Amino acid sequence: MKSKANRRLTIKHSRIGWCFIIPMLFCLILSKLYPMLHAFWLSFQSGVGMNLTFSGFENYRRMLQDKTFQQSMFNTFIYLAVQLPIMLALALLTAKLLNEKKLKFKGFFRTAVFLPSVTAVVSYSLVFRSLFAVNGSVNQWLMSLHIIDNEINWFGDPWLARFVIILALIWRWTGYNSIFYLSGMQSIDPEIYEAAKIDGASGRKAFWKITVPLLRPIILLTAISTTNGTLQLFAEPRNITNGGPANATLAISNYIYSVSFDYVPKFGYSAAMSYIVFLIVAVLAIIQIKVGDKRE
Amino acid sequence: MKKAQTALNYFILLVMALVSVFPLWFMVVSCFNESKDILAGRLLPGNHFLDNFQKLIGETIFIDSLINSIKYTIIGTAASVLICALAGYAFEVYHDKAKDRVMTTVLLSMMVPGAATLVPMFVLYSKLHLLNTTLGFILPSFSTVLLVMLFRQATKSFPMELVDAARIDGQNEIMIFFRIYCPIMKSTFACAVIITAMNLWNDYLWGLVVLQSQDMRTIQVFLASLSGGYSIDYGVLMLAVTLSTLPLTIVFFFLQKSFVQSIAGAVK
Repeated sequence: MKSKANRRLTIKHSRIGWCFIIPMLFCLILSKLYPMLHAFWLSFQSGVGMNLTFSGFENYRRMLQDKTFQQSMFNTFIYLAVQLPIMLALALLTAKLLNEKKLKFKGFFRTAVFLPSVTAVVSYSLVFRSLFAVNGSVNQWLMSLHIIDNEINWFGDPWLARFVIILALIWRWTGYNSIFYLSGMQSIDPEIYEAAKIDGASGRKAFWKITVPLLRPIILLTAISTTNGTLQLFAEPRNITNGGPANATLAISNYIYSVSFDYVPKFGYSAAMSYIVFLIVAVLAIIQIKVGDKRE
Repeated sequence: MKKAQTALNYFILLVMALVSVFPLWFMVVSCFNESKDILAGRLLPGNHFLDNFQKLIGETIFIDSLINSIKYTIIGTAASVLICALAGYAFEVYHDKAKDRVMTTVLLSMMVPGAATLVPMFVLYSKLHLLNTTLGFILPSFSTVLLVMLFRQATKSFPMELVDAARIDGQNEIMIFFRIYCPIMKSTFACAVIITAMNLWNDYLWGLVVLQSQDMRTIQVFLASLSGGYSIDYGVLMLAVTLSTLPLTIVFFFLQKSFVQSIAGAVK
């Protein structure tokens, strides 16, 4: 009798649980799952605006010949390949230094380092844009310090323009990532370090042999989210360089946006490109998880 | 040797702190300067603040977009945190096999990059007549997987005895959530509020796509439009950028402590 009443209660509770989950799930279907499936279907169609007809692999074939698409892919991978290792290493270093027990002015350093992550992407993009303008402050400062004789046209050279964007990205995200590492380091049991010290491992050795391995899940998490974020880079190229010079800084999301919304909208083609981005993110995440797990 | 190492550590930290703060210092100081001085790299405040302010308020739609963004952020944050907290709570408190499976799917959907769903979302939202509406802008944040994860993780350390005791007292399930769970989980809620408010306030791409009419514009889209012309007034631009950064900075400092604590909790 009693067990029956209990059982009914759990069924009731299970139903209530679903009621709590359903609003979130409904929105997830509306803004992630259904669009994901629809993108797949759209990617096999071509036409202008909403007048679409089935065209098989036409969109995917087109990508192979589209120089702008390939250029934007290349740019995005340059951003990822340069920024990810430098930024995560800097974040790890920052977190390690902030975690020193005897550090003075800890609050000041922590706040200063974390401050960039409060700024909005558009805001800091505009600040970097004005700093590096041809007639802008950075050139003036470098000239008054006699490091350069003539103004550098930062946004006129492909690699300099990419450099400015990568610099801006590292400035914005290093502090953000170091907060994750710092909280990870603080949850490591100090006794582990005591034990290591007795065994003769301290300082740098303890950092590489204890801290880094214990932080691996968090490093993995930040690596995946940085990859995901960098492949979706949009506001920075649009507001710092506007994709120039000659598309040298155009990121893949900028190109997808302009194909969909700027001129004649080609939803089928942009959906196909979006799918490629999705597949790349998925493959990179799987590789990162595999590599991250292997060194156990 | 040890002393040199400590000095080096302080030096590195100091450089990092300076590099982090410098562009922000430049941004704030430039509010007080005119375009010419800003480009020349002036690092001290001048006396053009009122000029810049009058131009920004009088000649642009800054105030309107600011009010829009404040509205979207407040409504969106309240709704998203509530919806995701309920889901995260339920995934833990009422968990069974089916719900665990759904949770895995929810987690996997985090891998889908926003750019990949942009076009189909635009098509869907235009069919549902959600373009140029507040709901259209905030709806995607109602299913922020990170928040669901955060609440689910935090609920693991929530004492279930309190739920059982409340049930014996005859309270219904939704009351238990609001009266018992919410007050205890204050710091998790603070963290969720910061994350969501930041995402909504800082959003650029989705606002650009879904809110195309000028009177619905978000502050970020407005800022980007300010720098679109040929002759940019950098004083006005920097003032707009600074003012738009202020609200979040205040929210952040207000809730900072619980934010760091909650990240630490979620990371464990």
